Amino acid sequence: MITLTEQERSEYRNIWVLAETQSGSIQPVTYELVGAARTLADARQSEVWAVVLGSGVAGQAETLVAYGADTVLLVDDARLAGFCDEAEARVLVRLIKKYKPEVVVGAATFRGRALIPRVAVMANCGLTADCTGLAMDSETGDLLQTRPAFGGNIMATIRCSNHRPQMATVRPRVMKAPVPDENRTGRVLVESMLDTDLDKMKKILQIFHNKEAAVNLSDARIIISGGRGMKGREGFDLLRRFAAKVGGAVGASRAAVDAGWIPYAHQVGQTGQTVQSTLYIACGISGQIQHLVGMQHCDMIVAIDKNPDTPMMQMADIAIQGDLFEIIPEIMNEITKL
Amino acid sequence: MKIVVCIKQVPATSDAKIDPETKRIIREGQKAILNPFDLYALEEAIQLKETYGGEVIAVTMGPPKADAVLREAIALGADRAVHLCDSAFGGSDTWATSYVLAKAIEKIGGVDLVLCGKQAVDGDTAQVGPGIAAHLDWVQATYVMSVERVGTTSITVKRMHEEGYDLCELSFPAVLTVVKDINTPRVPTLKGRLAALQCEIPVWKPADIGAEPSKIGLAGSPTRVVKTQPPEPRQTRTVRITGTPQECAKALIRELRLRSLV
Ligand SMILES: Cc1cc2nc3c(=O)[nH]c(=O)nc-3n(C[C@H](O)[C@H](O)[C@H](O)COP(=O)(O)OP(=O)(O)OC[C@H]3O[C@@H](n4cnc5c(N)ncnc54)[C@H](O)[C@@H]3O)c2cc1C
Ligand SMILES: Nc1ncnc2c1ncn2[C@@H]1O[C@H](COP(=O)(O)O)[C@@H](O)[C@H]1O
Repeated sequence: MITLTEQERSEYRNIWVLAETQSGSIQPVTYELVGAARTLADARQSEVWAVVLGSGVAGQAETLVAYGADTVLLVDDARLAGFCDEAEARVLVRLIKKYKPEVVVGAATFRGRALIPRVAVMANCGLTADCTGLAMDSETGDLLQTRPAFGGNIMATIRCSNHRPQMATVRPRVMKAPVPDENRTGRVLVESMLDTDLDKMKKILQIFHNKEAAVNLSDARIIISGGRGMKGREGFDLLRRFAAKVGGAVGASRAAVDAGWIPYAHQVGQTGQTVQSTLYIACGISGQIQHLVGMQHCDMIVAIDKNPDTPMMQMADIAIQGDLFEIIPEIMNEITKL
Repeated sequence: MKIVVCIKQVPATSDAKIDPETKRIIREGQKAILNPFDLYALEEAIQLKETYGGEVIAVTMGPPKADAVLREAIALGADRAVHLCDSAFGGSDTWATSYVLAKAIEKIGGVDLVLCGKQAVDGDTAQVGPGIAAHLDWVQATYVMSVERVGTTSITVKRMHEEGYDLCELSFPAVLTVVKDINTPRVPTLKGRLAALQCEIPVWKPADIGAEPSKIGLAGSPTRVVKTQPPEPRQTRTVRITGTPQECAKALIRELRLRSLV
């Protein structure tokens, strides 16, 4: 693999954030990343660039500046409407070669985790997945990237000293979004798709936005999650009503998914999704390690179980002992009263 | 259809042991299994072969004992297997791993489809599938939840994302990574187990696949693990709530309100 000389490395400057857009609108994780990039750029006395690819996205540049971007690099093209990883990867690699960023961070979302590894291979650089911490060595410009591995059982710090850019994905809700400042000014650089060869690309035939089916556990502030203790589909109907009441999303343990009570998209854990919500209410989930690794970083964990000795009841911030079929309706009643 | 399934052997538990010197995972003396997600990739490949004909080839890069997961794949219905095994492959990160797998796929030749699991449960990166596609310059679809249509020159799949899913058509050759929704893996048959015991599995070294030494192993890996440490323990003093359902509910709401959560 081509490693860069010190001279070559020094040509790479600025911290890039790949904006996460869904249906043409920029997602909150992007602002979190801009906030993190700001700290890194300040340590290197360089700029934060927000890179936005999409169709009809130009209007959102100002918001990115308000959150801390100095430059917004925009590629607004109807052909980027669906999510075509191949096309986006080619555009990004071209931009990386042209502007030489020192660091590129993106969101560890479905899209980010599909696109960014493709870009990293094409751009001959390292990529650290799912970082929970980013720190800058201000002397060398090396990014110290901390990430959980082995289902969260160890934290590894990763460095890519000989390659630029250094790339990382970060999960939503790990970094804090800064307070936007409407008075900040920045510049917008417009780039076209140019010669991007769209041959041999995949065709996006149809996009289904099913608000109800949309699980979006990674963005949810509150997750109401159920396990085998929910006893069946009806149990999950109760959880859906509970979640609707608090504006949360519904999660599940593998046992509940395997029993066919709820689709896999809801599964939290080692073979499901990793979540980091502000509040996680585990209903009838014993808390085997494979489940815990997917939710142990939530800010506050509440467990409801009739057995007080389960691992979940031991690790929770609040452990409620009792029959969840009696307790959950009471909680919903209390919330109605508020 | 000629299908390659990339499978990985991973430690059976999440209790990883790390070598303090090299910062690498200690794989010796640990019970190892086939990465759970790769079972779905294998199953999908076998089902496609059963419906449309062709061949399923399981490929792994790993130490000698990773031979076990290839035999498991044969037992389940893969036609043959290839083991990429050489000390020079050791220390590969996802860049180098996907390079080695891509070179092996080129050497196999005439491949229409590569299937990978969503991610490996040890590294949890989900980077190798798209990495293979990038090295080969093939189209890719990740988090595939179903195969909708198979034509002579293309395949149409449903791909999962935050807001639902999309339907996309990929011309062969293509790389897919699959999620659990896609199928229910079978269990091996007796005949399969016998085939697994008897089959010869070729071992390929870097020279066999024409891999450049500078692109494999540690030399080919841009990332370096410089430190590992246990995660910070959760600092909690569990508040225990008992009583009648109504008392429990009231007490919970009080706690949540204190923290402005409701
Ligand atoms: C390789 C591998 C990967 C895995 N990946 C995952 C993963 O991603 N996610 C995951 O969740 N699991 C995963 N598992 C499975 C995991 O080990 C557990 O089997 C699973 O999480 C158990 O689910 P549960 O807690 O819902 O069920 P149980 O362990 O059966 O717990 C049910 C709980 O409900 C309580 N309960 C029952 N009735 C009531 C009631 N009326 N009121 C109150 N409480 C009640 C019980 O006391 C019990 O504590 C994985 C396993 C393996 C081997
Ligand atoms: N060493 C390997 N040998 C074969 N396939 C692999 C290897 N590492 C990863 N894969 C494949 O790539 C997928 C994603 O792995 P990862 O990027 O490590 O999370 C796995 O589910 C496998 O299908």
